[in-house]
Amino acid sequence: MSDIQLEDKLGTSWRKPHFITNPALRWAVIAGFVAYMIAAVMTIEVDWGRVYEGLDRGWAFILAFTSPDFVSRASDIWAGLLESIVMTVAASVVGILISIPIGLGAARNIAPLPVYVACRGIVAISRALQEIIVAILLVAIFGFGPLAGFLTLSFATIGFLSKLLAEDIESMDRVQAEAIRASGARWMQWINYGVQPQVMPRLVGLSIYRIDINFRESAILGLVGAGGIGATLNTAFDRYEYDTAAAILIMIIGIVMALEYVSGIVRARVQ
Amino acid sequence: MPVLDRDGTQVWRRRTGKESLGRWFGWLLGVAAFVYCWQIISDATTWFFVWDAPRIANDIWTRATPPKWEYITQLGRPIWDTLNIATLGTLIALFLAVPVAFLAARNTTPSALLIRPVALLIIVSTRSINSLIWALLLIAIIGPGVFAGVIAIAIRSIGFCAKLLYEAIEEIDHAQVEAITATGASRWQVMAYGIVPQILPAFAGIAVFRWDINIRESTVLGLVGAGGIGLQLSASLNVLAWPQVSLILIVILVAVIISEWVSAKVRGAII
Repeated sequence: MSDIQLEDKLGTSWRKPHFITNPALRWAVIAGFVAYMIAAVMTIEVDWGRVYEGLDRGWAFILAFTSPDFVSRASDIWAGLLESIVMTVAASVVGILISIPIGLGAARNIAPLPVYVACRGIVAISRALQEIIVAILLVAIFGFGPLAGFLTLSFATIGFLSKLLAEDIESMDRVQAEAIRASGARWMQWINYGVQPQVMPRLVGLSIYRIDINFRESAILGLVGAGGIGATLNTAFDRYEYDTAAAILIMIIGIVMALEYVSGIVRARVQ
Repeated sequence: MPVLDRDGTQVWRRRTGKESLGRWFGWLLGVAAFVYCWQIISDATTWFFVWDAPRIANDIWTRATPPKWEYITQLGRPIWDTLNIATLGTLIALFLAVPVAFLAARNTTPSALLIRPVALLIIVSTRSINSLIWALLLIAIIGPGVFAGVIAIAIRSIGFCAKLLYEAIEEIDHAQVEAITATGASRWQVMAYGIVPQILPAFAGIAVFRWDINIRESTVLGLVGAGGIGLQLSASLNVLAWPQVSLILIVILVAVIISEWVSAKVRGAII
């Protein structure tokens, strides 16, 4: 700050600078936001009587967490959880195996343009379609059961993993890869010794993270008939058996926490 | 460096014998687990339907094309509802996530022994349960409609926002906080002038990022009855009106692409 500016500022108190410096833009953003909020809140119909009635049930549900019922539907819960886990494992394996070549193809620095465009297209489609919509279509095509769920999760894994793998490859160190190529390596050897060691830690970390996501997603695929614990959970809610629903939710949370813990350890070890 | 002696010449090896044996065993276990999982999925599948799948897929495709374009006049309100669910849900979530994040961050929590675990539990449990399951639960409690969708999205987003936010709080530059403290500021003043300005860009980024995800999620909440365009989707699916389904899917795709574009632009401008 120059001396003259400082002279002007002396005697005036300091004010916090605004987040958006342009005042016209700032007021436009605020006004637009307020207008939108009013319009949005006006159009939401809330049946407060129904909400008030429901509070008892909500309280009953929260109480159910203190006395979850693992026993009376034990076989259903167990079958659903096993199916979820099986779908997660199989879909993660297949998804990761397919997403590695697609990830290589979607990296601009190692793939020729036609391959790049094709692979990026696959990634874009897979990322834009949500799991549950894909599951609905696949259930319609392949029939009810875990196969539809397995295919859905594999498909979703491809979009997620290929994109992040490709970004990692694109930001890798060129020098190492070039050194391997200069030693006369074939393309496979180049990938294996020049590229793979650089992206492997991140690939392992992302894969484990994706297993975690796949398990969480597998819990809802049952809602549309694609197998897993979701169907059991849905039935429990429909019958107002909150203690069973609480038991299922606790098991889901427990497994997700365990997976996160394991993935934390693995990621710390590979990096 | 592992070296193998063969016919008097030394051959370089990437791993020692013990290491390769361990890896081989690990791969064996992995393949066995996958085959077992695949076996279970295969047993639960009616393969007759699967072999029939190409014909069914073709059949659905011919029924679904061309999309019923004039149906779009009825989609205005559902799209508006979807937007409201995502936006209001994100706003409520941010309001609730900020205190949770401050309680969960190691450097701002009032008590690392008592309060931090509670905050972390809130983060994990809200994060590991999908918004569709929250919607299912809230519909049982407060009845179907847009309001249940807003609350479901809000609860689901708390964990996500609070986790990213508390990580941002833990990474702040401590020197600035100390400087504010040295001027004799109170605890709240330190927070407002020392910590908040440092995490504000991260906060804005998280908000927009989560809003983008919430647009995706709110498009399918209607499948369980929580309002938005998903209601139309499930109604059309129930009466097998495939031309309407394909139009709704196109609308959802466009909405997802637009929200992703907006979020990328805003984050680019902030960071």
